[in-house]
Amino acid sequence: MTPLVATEALSVRHATKRFGAVLALDDVDLAVHYGEVLAVLGDNGAGKSTLIKCLSGVHRLDEGVINVDGRATRFHTPADARAHGVETVYQDLVLFDNLDPAANFYVGRELAGPRWLPRGLRLLRSGEMASATDDLLEQLQVHLPDRATSVGLLSGGQRQAVAVARAAAFATKVVILDEPTAALGVRESTRVLELVTRLRERGLAVILISHAMDHVSEVADRAVVMRRGRRVGEVRDVAQSHQEILALIMGGDA
Amino acid sequence: MALLSVGPLLMLIGIVVLLAIAEPVFLTTRNIGNVLAQSAFICTLSLGQLLVIITRGVDLSVGANAALASVIGALAFGSIDSGIAIVAIMLSVGLIVGFLNGVVYVWGRMPHPFIVTLASLSICRGLALLLADGRSTIPGMPDLIRFLGSASVGFVPVSAILVGLIAIVLAVFTSRMVWGRWIYAVGGSPEGARRSAIPVPWVLVSVYSMCGLLAGVGAVLASGRSNGGSPNFGQLAELDSIAAVVIGGASFLGGRGNVGNALIGALMIGVIRNGMNLLNLDAFSQLIVIGLVIAIAVEIDVVRGILEQRLRVLRAVRA
Repeated sequence: MTPLVATEALSVRHATKRFGAVLALDDVDLAVHYGEVLAVLGDNGAGKSTLIKCLSGVHRLDEGVINVDGRATRFHTPADARAHGVETVYQDLVLFDNLDPAANFYVGRELAGPRWLPRGLRLLRSGEMASATDDLLEQLQVHLPDRATSVGLLSGGQRQAVAVARAAAFATKVVILDEPTAALGVRESTRVLELVTRLRERGLAVILISHAMDHVSEVADRAVVMRRGRRVGEVRDVAQSHQEILALIMGGDA
Repeated sequence: MALLSVGPLLMLIGIVVLLAIAEPVFLTTRNIGNVLAQSAFICTLSLGQLLVIITRGVDLSVGANAALASVIGALAFGSIDSGIAIVAIMLSVGLIVGFLNGVVYVWGRMPHPFIVTLASLSICRGLALLLADGRSTIPGMPDLIRFLGSASVGFVPVSAILVGLIAIVLAVFTSRMVWGRWIYAVGGSPEGARRSAIPVPWVLVSVYSMCGLLAGVGAVLASGRSNGGSPNFGQLAELDSIAAVVIGGASFLGGRGNVGNALIGALMIGVIRNGMNLLNLDAFSQLIVIGLVIAIAVEIDVVRGILEQRLRVLRAVRA
């Protein structure tokens, strides 16, 4: 599954993050390549969420360097990360339930004009946003019953699909998905994971955070395991390595 | 689904039809003009309240703010004989109070706007009474303000035309402009809005400021209508405006509601008040009826929510 010549899209070296006396991330290294799905696995409190919040600009690293396309960068805000082509689908805040899919896609970066007006007073180009959203949903084979209705009225799986598609729409390099199947049933999970493989086909680098072993093994090319804020191992053939991964997650000493 | 979203309009039409049957005078142009003139004040406040409620907030100070603005305007009219200046003063008072509400709420890290606007309700009302120095009205308003508050074009009051224009501007602002979209985004998910690089603190300050400015407009209309300022303007108007917005389908959970339906909610309250007067219902019973209408309207909205939920399940099964 891994491409023969893989170009690194994003990496982080010596990532360290403290919250008071708690060492949430301890010298973590990680790299993800274009056209690759990297799983980051670990139990609750292993530091997965902290890591992706640092990679998406929500938290700042205390120590360590983030490289995008091999160049060192700093993400001070989520907008910084997005400006570098890194899009994140958060587990807790997926969508704006009161807005329709197109409005969700473009929230905070609405297409609007004319340009001589201050940004807040520009008129929304709703038609353009709606058709671009429709096109992308079609390309990614996300089928919605009604594209004009607010996403609060969609099912869990459809909502997650819209959130992932939104990230794919704007990510030029990396899509980070935090437990994208956590709240979904089996059938809906399968659909979302199919969507993840389509992101890979589009050449994007995907980081998939999960503690659900079974789902992830279906799509990940590689898995990094974290425990207590540290990176404790890496597995290349995810589908064949359930026992090994479990041992890493639970604690290697056992 | 389309039927559900015009619910408030259907309710208003239903009430109008019932009143027209019960009392034929109701549908005369003269009375319609009357209803519109009586409702203009509460319509104006409701439009401001709507913006705040969309962001999950509430502004309890709108009525007291309008009273304060009218008193300051009336006192200023003693030494400044300019309609435009007095209008500007009233609008400024409203805007400043609203802006302060927003600033104290956002940067004072208040737990909920209920607290800060309750405080400013008390401060504004107290200040208005203090400045009025025991008078319940301070008579006299410039021609411009009397024109805005009490003139008519045919049977249509100028105040109603003004409310209509403001509503059109706000409808375009909320549904077609970037900042309006951000107001809905902040109401839908404040943290999500923050992560989407929306300037959430400024969006919040802006809605309280606009709400205050509209309270200033309300002060102009009320002062013009009664040809004077009064520290007693807008008592319980905060509750009427909240009721109007909620009847119009907005939710305290934020992100929902629109200008048209908020206006319909405000008109519904005005129409019912007027109808009850025509039917010679006593003031005590009127309070009870208004209360029942609010409860019924919100219950209808809850049922609508449940129906939407059912529809969603049905669609998910089909998909």
